[in-house]
Amino acid sequence: MTIDPNAKMPESLEGTQVYSVDPLIVRSHYEIDYLHSYAQDSEFFRALGQKKIMGSKCKKCGYKYATPRAHCMQCGSETEWFQLPNEGKVHTYTTCYFGSEEFLKETPFHLIMVEFEGVDSLFMARMVGVSAEDLKIGMKVKARFRRNQKFSPTDVYFVPDKE
Amino acid sequence: MKFKGQDVYMVTGGVTKFAKANTRKDFRYLVKEAFDYALNDVNMSIADIDGSVTAYFSDHFQRQAMAGIMAHEYVGLSPKPSKRIEAGGSTGGMGFQTGIEEVASGRLDSCAVMGFETMSHVETWKGNEFIALASDMNFDYPVGGFYTGYYAMMAVRHMHEFGTTVEQLAKVSIKNHGNAIHNPYSQSPMKLTVEDVRNSPMVSYPLTRLDSCTMSDGAAVAILANEKKAFEMCDNPVLIKSVGGGTDAMRLSDRPFGKVPLLPNEKESDYRNLKYPGVHSFRAGRVAAIEAYQAAGITDPLEEIDVVELHDSFTSSEIQTYEDLGLCRYGEGGHYVEEGKADVHGKVPVNTSGGLLASGHAIGASGIMQAVFTFWQLQHSIKKHLKDDALQVPNAKTGLTHCHAGTGTYVAVTIMEATK
Repeated sequence: MTIDPNAKMPESLEGTQVYSVDPLIVRSHYEIDYLHSYAQDSEFFRALGQKKIMGSKCKKCGYKYATPRAHCMQCGSETEWFQLPNEGKVHTYTTCYFGSEEFLKETPFHLIMVEFEGVDSLFMARMVGVSAEDLKIGMKVKARFRRNQKFSPTDVYFVPDKE
Repeated sequence: MKFKGQDVYMVTGGVTKFAKANTRKDFRYLVKEAFDYALNDVNMSIADIDGSVTAYFSDHFQRQAMAGIMAHEYVGLSPKPSKRIEAGGSTGGMGFQTGIEEVASGRLDSCAVMGFETMSHVETWKGNEFIALASDMNFDYPVGGFYTGYYAMMAVRHMHEFGTTVEQLAKVSIKNHGNAIHNPYSQSPMKLTVEDVRNSPMVSYPLTRLDSCTMSDGAAVAILANEKKAFEMCDNPVLIKSVGGGTDAMRLSDRPFGKVPLLPNEKESDYRNLKYPGVHSFRAGRVAAIEAYQAAGITDPLEEIDVVELHDSFTSSEIQTYEDLGLCRYGEGGHYVEEGKADVHGKVPVNTSGGLLASGHAIGASGIMQAVFTFWQLQHSIKKHLKDDALQVPNAKTGLTHCHAGTGTYVAVTIMEATK
């Protein structure tokens, strides 16, 4: 048993970064590593390493999704994997000159939604190899794949295809 | 147990000034300020309130979980019941509807709906990252998670589909920033020209800085009650005429290409070649409008609604929403603003407060701010609260609020009606 009226909290020379005294505003740092599981979508990310873009096809109603989902949002049934073509068209686009902190250093970058022949939904991706003025709806694009796979959806990106 | 349904009225409301940073007051203090304003306006006390709904979007901005109860107890409502609602950008509007449901069900006879957000605790680009967490973490966020980018892609498609122009987008910015000059609670009152909007820094083509709303610190409170209590508190409460809700896929890429759900005054032949919603329109907004109009018996919104506060996180989304709400046909949204129909003295004025573009977007507070502003319009008390009657829509009887999340993933539409 210890009863010590002279007990002290440990002191340290580490300081606190103060931005303002009135009101008092201090720096509070926070970071975290997630163990992010792609779970039922895992196959999509693995397949990018073999230069394949995998979509989902509903086993019951046949609806084809360019962005994978394990169950169909039209009828609720299970879907199966199918390989998307590596060529498509720009359905819409933008060029981001600012972005979230994580992507700010990559700006400016193009975002596009890709439409694939015979597929019912779209796929969002980065596009390179085109200037902002030349980026157009309906433009033919083809997929390229990162050599050093990051297991991110940007392992596939699009470039202009020959007309 | 059998619940007894009852009519719901809005009795009073209050808002704080929305500001880029309000570092002298935390979220509890801001809520208290709006709450006290609301109570004082009708001589109401805490004892008159049976419980609350709190609304805020993200725990990340302050790294404070359960902030809802902290606001509830701070203003003195514990141990009465409370719950917190989160629905992305639609948090305030959904919170307001939840408060309506608390009273409509007969569970509570009066309910305070308290919305807030204090976004200044992180830098702007970190804030944008937190907002982008409200997109699919497998397929959307890692590609370049940025909401302005998502909306920009929708705007580009709207321009392609319907011929909407960047000048028409700019007109929305000019109108809303201009209205805010008369709203002392707003964050960004400005007199602008088309050149000002187009020459401001490009954020994501075609959306410039002045096509986009700002992040804000702020709070808003609306107090709801049943008929008996409402008329005890004041002689001109505003009736909640109806509510509507709609949803869509989180991922823009999953949006279908089908048919337009029609309003009573539209025909299938109006949209023979339009694949809907694609990424040009908000199906959730249309579905929410249909539900609210049906319940309120509205068949021609342009003739039956007098004033609208809608979710203009970007100029493009205001134009898209005119169409979802049936203020014009799909494709005519750009003309609606260009022809002055959305002006304070236009056909159906939209965002007389300045909207989110100019009032600011303190996410959880925004939908409730819209309700408070609409309430003041319908009470014809704009002059009393703003010390300026420039924004008062004369003879406003029926008002609509529209609050929207994601790229149109949750939408709440509420219709309110003056009793006096």
